[in-house]
Amino acid sequence: MPPLLFYLLALITLGFGFLVVTGRNPVTCALALAASFVGLAALFLSLDAYFIGVIQILVYAGAVMVLFLFIIMLLDIKTEEGKKLNLPAIVSGVLLAVLLTLQIIAVVGSTSLAQKGTQDTPLALADAAGKIGRAALPTITNDLKAGELPDAKLIGFTLFDQYGFHLQVIGLLLLVGTIGVVVLSKRERSAP
Amino acid sequence: MITLGHYLVVSGMLFALGLAGVIARRNIIIVYMCLEMMLSAANLALVGFSRFHLVNGLPDYTAQSLVFFTITVAAAEVAVGLAIIVALFRSKQSVDVESVTKLQG
Repeated sequence: MPPLLFYLLALITLGFGFLVVTGRNPVTCALALAASFVGLAALFLSLDAYFIGVIQILVYAGAVMVLFLFIIMLLDIKTEEGKKLNLPAIVSGVLLAVLLTLQIIAVVGSTSLAQKGTQDTPLALADAAGKIGRAALPTITNDLKAGELPDAKLIGFTLFDQYGFHLQVIGLLLLVGTIGVVVLSKRERSAP
Repeated sequence: MITLGHYLVVSGMLFALGLAGVIARRNIIIVYMCLEMMLSAANLALVGFSRFHLVNGLPDYTAQSLVFFTITVAAAEVAVGLAIIVALFRSKQSVDVESVTKLQG
């Protein structure tokens, strides 16, 4: 991927992220967050993670953002917190963020592992077809031989082959979450 | 050349932005949005590691499975959290974090 494209996508992600943190109006923040997630999804695509990128757009930029906007509309919050800025919290927040960023830059700069580029680690699709061999489904090896990356198939294979139990636990979590939301948002009946 | 380090730094900066928002903002809904941003930043680091750690010439799909689980948990968390915010707004008529001080010692 051309470096310029990476910097553009990183700028979109971080710039709109900054807008989320500094925006006064919740609706502006929500829309900026959606734009930031689209930039992040593009970064996922640039890392050859097509399935995760699509899921990011569908779940985050789609479902989660609609939920946020819906709640903002429902609660009808227009003017908020305009009164006084919480100065100690802002100072400590910015300080922590700067410290964390500097620390990560220092760690990344001193690790040889982080200097690997995409050219150093090219995907070897035809090779992989031979190597995973019988362990995978024929549809995956056929795609690999044709020079395509069957991203969603490989994730699905990993999930159902190695993490079947975890997948069921996640399903249970979603069920419990659904029940919890219904219980939480049920209006308590006032005594007659 | 774009390296793994570039992606990790972007991920770390996004996480730091979210952290600053969680600490500094007082609107609960925006605090929640910043939490989502931090979760996504962790996902970016995971996908970066997955791409640069090749297994048989393919990205490491264990990491991407973990991202899949994280996104699912985040979606469930948002649903429950927003229901709590609505319940809170019903009783306090406010979304300011400082209107909720009952658990403060």
